[in-house]
Amino acid sequence: MSSVRVLVGTHKGAFILTSDAKRKKWQVSEPLFAGWEVYHMNGSPKNPNRLYASQSTGWFGQMIQRSDDGGKTWEPVGNKFSYEGVPGTHLWYDGTQHPWEFKRVWQLKPSLTEEDTVYAGVEDAAMFRSTDGGQTWNELAGLREAKGHLWQPGAGGMCLHTIILDPSNPQRMFIAISAAGAFRTEDGGMSWRPINQGLQSGEIPDTSAEVGHCVHNLAMHPSNPNVLFMQKHWDVMRSDNSGDSWNEVSGNLPSDFGFPIAVHAHEPNTIYVVPIKSDSEHFPPDGKLRVYRSRSGGNEWEALTKGLPQSDCYVNILRSAMAVDTLDSCGIYFGTTGGQVYASSDSGDSWMPIASNLPAVLSVEVQTLP
Amino acid sequence: MIRVQLPYHLQTLARVGREIELQIEGVATFSSVIDALETQYPVLRGTVRDYETSQRRDFIRFFACGQDMSLEPLNTPLPDAVVAGSEPFRIVGAMAGG
Repeated sequence: MSSVRVLVGTHKGAFILTSDAKRKKWQVSEPLFAGWEVYHMNGSPKNPNRLYASQSTGWFGQMIQRSDDGGKTWEPVGNKFSYEGVPGTHLWYDGTQHPWEFKRVWQLKPSLTEEDTVYAGVEDAAMFRSTDGGQTWNELAGLREAKGHLWQPGAGGMCLHTIILDPSNPQRMFIAISAAGAFRTEDGGMSWRPINQGLQSGEIPDTSAEVGHCVHNLAMHPSNPNVLFMQKHWDVMRSDNSGDSWNEVSGNLPSDFGFPIAVHAHEPNTIYVVPIKSDSEHFPPDGKLRVYRSRSGGNEWEALTKGLPQSDCYVNILRSAMAVDTLDSCGIYFGTTGGQVYASSDSGDSWMPIASNLPAVLSVEVQTLP
Repeated sequence: MIRVQLPYHLQTLARVGREIELQIEGVATFSSVIDALETQYPVLRGTVRDYETSQRRDFIRFFACGQDMSLEPLNTPLPDAVVAGSEPFRIVGAMAGG
């Protein structure tokens, strides 16, 4: 019988939540890497028992942990992320140039086909690849040549927070950097180009600026890899041409601000966002926690509220904290800065908390196990 | 043998207790202690010294003989009492977190 494993990274450790396919009763693991920030934890599509976790603190730096038994045991692997050559400089807050400095790993993305290949998105923004199961890491330095000198950190740091692999073309990947924008490679990461045309950012007077856009998250359905969805600092966006151009699909959302965006596992045009009131007040509008679903790929949105708190709720949902399972009735999951993890086993129609008192949730990934 | 005391999280990573012992060849300095630590426990590479700069990480402090020696150059010889093994060399996670 199928089962589900939810990988939750928090400010003070990681947790693995497990259930059978009914998704009604959940077990919460003991804390993993207790006391450390776990920005991301992810599993290999090729070998679901191969998990990776990004473990860091300001005290002791970055660790990468690997499990080969579905999270029962873990071993530290390589934690040396050295930029290739002389990394140069990027734009700093005062308009000067500032040297690249490694801070942490925000995102781990195992290859769709190679068990020992995994990508890491890091701050200061760069992409690394390991082909030996995380033991050693090499930068895909061509990314920084995509106008890296003009990238500037946002409030959360200049982080590469989203990596999407195209299942139809192993040479094509999409990434997003805060607050530089989205980028695409067609040659396996050797060279990259900004894909930000059509993004409207009120604070950027040049609407055709190639970089400098505050992209919060990207999503793609594997059956339709030319269609990308984006939650931006302002606006939900859609591209039908692999990011060459973007159109706003915020439609009737109560706010155009938010962090995560996800696509239904079986309906490529059904997408989910969690509107947040504004960039000034990072909590849900009116104190009501509402996931919004569009079945039309954007523009027309419906609020999903059943089982979610509809008063006095002031949590945030961070960019990597929403994911879906691939069971027949698609499950949607998200974690909050209040330490709750909510799940829906009916495509978002109803929700239940599957963990309620965790540390602030940084990331949620889901594995659907046979 | 040099006695070295580790902070909790490094004990956990290295799967050791609070105090370990390190054999140092030649003059024992802060650097040579960390070199020996990283050789004996490779998992601790990058956790005490920054990979790129080889300098002490910001929130790591070094104490010996009741003194905060964090700002001493890394090639500073260890105090005699630490070399003799009567005092430990303490690597401490700074109390910084608000």
